[in-house]
Amino acid sequence: MVRNAKQDKVGILLTFIIMFVLWAVLSTLFDIVHLSLGALCSLLVAYFSYDLLIRPSGSVKHVSDILRNSLRFFMYTFWLLGQVIHSNIDVVRIVLDPKLPISPQIIKFNSDLPHDVALATLANSITLTPGTLTLDIDENKTYYIHCLTKRQGDQLLEGDMQARVAAIYGGGS
Amino acid sequence: MMLPDIVSVMLDITSIIFLFAGVFFFMAGSIGLNRMVDVYTRLHATTKCDTLGQALVLIGVMLYEGWTLVSIKLFLIIVFVLVTNPTAAHALAKGAYLYGVKPCDQTGIDMYKERAEEMLS
Repeated sequence: MVRNAKQDKVGILLTFIIMFVLWAVLSTLFDIVHLSLGALCSLLVAYFSYDLLIRPSGSVKHVSDILRNSLRFFMYTFWLLGQVIHSNIDVVRIVLDPKLPISPQIIKFNSDLPHDVALATLANSITLTPGTLTLDIDENKTYYIHCLTKRQGDQLLEGDMQARVAAIYGGGS
Repeated sequence: MMLPDIVSVMLDITSIIFLFAGVFFFMAGSIGLNRMVDVYTRLHATTKCDTLGQALVLIGVMLYEGWTLVSIKLFLIIVFVLVTNPTAAHALAKGAYLYGVKPCDQTGIDMYKERAEEMLS
């Protein structure tokens, strides 16, 4: 993957801004000593490890791309929060049911997501929505999922969530 | 009653509702921990209900606190727990399976078995 100097600079700048805002919020001390110390630390961290936070993937050519991807990610987060609440109520209903109607099983399915970040996002999303738990992902991008009930596993296999994750990172392959 | 009073009372009521909802989910998670049958199903009950429970409790505290830096810190805690909790659950489940903890007898299909044996050999 070709990386040019302009991408590096944008990456360092963005990481610096995020780190510095975090520093300011967490320290809550706004005098000149603490802020300049924070700026120095943020700059060092941004210089050495910006590529861990801002991935130099093929889709990022302009700052607008980063903004658009972030916007999509926020939309997805809100959808996910809705799912989390919806299916949490589902699990609570199972737990409080006197008969405890569970039918656990471990299923697997293949995904065609482009890169590691997308795979990890899907894995965490699956675990966050109750009733499904990511056990493992292997080299062939096969997910192994533990489901609490058969119905929840079937819902997952419909692939709605995967399509949404793919839509965020769509341009990233 | 003056307008600011009404607003603050409404905020208090909303934050109490959020706190109660959070406590309810925590309670359901704990009941699930006791009632479920094996490691994996217990993980389902605890990690997920606790994630939502802590989010609701902290949102309740945020509403009570108002627009201050403390609220922003609480929001950051919510975000970090939302990211780390599923990762921890995944690590626990995978570790348990590879250590040799068998899923319960009710488990219908187990497609992970071959993969685990392959990794252990």
